[in-house]
Amino acid sequence: MQKWSEIGYDSKIEGDVIVTRIDAALNWFRKNSLWPMPMGLACCAIELMAAGASRFDISRFGSEVMRFSPRQSDVMIVAGTVTYKMATAVKRIYDQMSEPKWVIAMGACASTGGMYRSYAVLQGVDHILPVDIYVAGCPPRPEALLDALLKLQNKVQHEPFLETLKKA
Amino acid sequence: MTALEQANQLKAKFGDLISEPTGVHGEIAVQLADAERIGDVCAFAKTELGFDYLVDISSLDNYGEDPRWTVVYHLRGLANRCELRLTTSVSEEKSELPTITSVWRTANWHEREIYDMMGIRFRGHPDLRRILMWEGYPYFPLRKDFPLGGKPSELPEVAFSKAAPMEGGPFVTIPGGKDAVEREPRVRTPEN
Repeated sequence: MQKWSEIGYDSKIEGDVIVTRIDAALNWFRKNSLWPMPMGLACCAIELMAAGASRFDISRFGSEVMRFSPRQSDVMIVAGTVTYKMATAVKRIYDQMSEPKWVIAMGACASTGGMYRSYAVLQGVDHILPVDIYVAGCPPRPEALLDALLKLQNKVQHEPFLETLKKA
Repeated sequence: MTALEQANQLKAKFGDLISEPTGVHGEIAVQLADAERIGDVCAFAKTELGFDYLVDISSLDNYGEDPRWTVVYHLRGLANRCELRLTTSVSEEKSELPTITSVWRTANWHEREIYDMMGIRFRGHPDLRRILMWEGYPYFPLRKDFPLGGKPSELPEVAFSKAAPMEGGPFVTIPGGKDAVEREPRVRTPEN
């Protein structure tokens, strides 16, 4: 076990007892089973599917349970071009997700509107949702999405979960 | 029977309403002088000339000219393998012509798309709603006087739109440039 780990455990010293902080433990549970809400809107969704399939295998990081119900999801992966016509639906689905929830903007279109400087396309999903991680690429390779997932896990691990709970 | 012969038959039937057939690359086009007669012409073309397939209906915005709109019907006969383009003009004040959904049912969605993008109405259409943009969007985006980046609009609970930042664009490439610098996307107006 590496020294910096917040849930470091040395069985020779501690026996069967693990000492940690409760928010570190809870965040650890959370980050290793982030269930995605696949908001597939364009070609990025194909790469998202590839990330879920056997070659790249997103289940190595605990996120293989793609839920098509927002109420069972933790992280919305906005994969593709968000048109203004779709924007209201995306927002509504995000609102239906239960807290805590995160958003990954996958690809150029979801991040900035991409090549669509157009009357029909929302210029970045961050106009309507709070985005945690942006993934570059058009479309990004599955590795890039997995990297985003790892970055999100890192973010989740360091969230001051108990403090926000006390305030609420 | 070739497309040219069929165009001449159309002209023989409708006389001065139909222009002399013109053609480039072996494609034949005729112009219909009165858009109000489009239903009769299309029905004749389908039943008598064998144009059983309506490939597409498209529309042009001749911005600054009168009449402003041109509506183009692309007809094809699957059995005799020929194509005919039928064009007709509509003025901006009128912006309306009869539907041909009773001739080819596929015209339904083509006409809805033209209504949505260009704002030309089709009288007698069974269901003339927008097909791409949402119902209630106040503009017609394919018109020449509509900016590329769009205009702001707001329809609560349905959708909103904002103008896209063009940052001095649009930036377009030109084909056939000698090197990458010449080909790269730049602001290209008729002056430069």
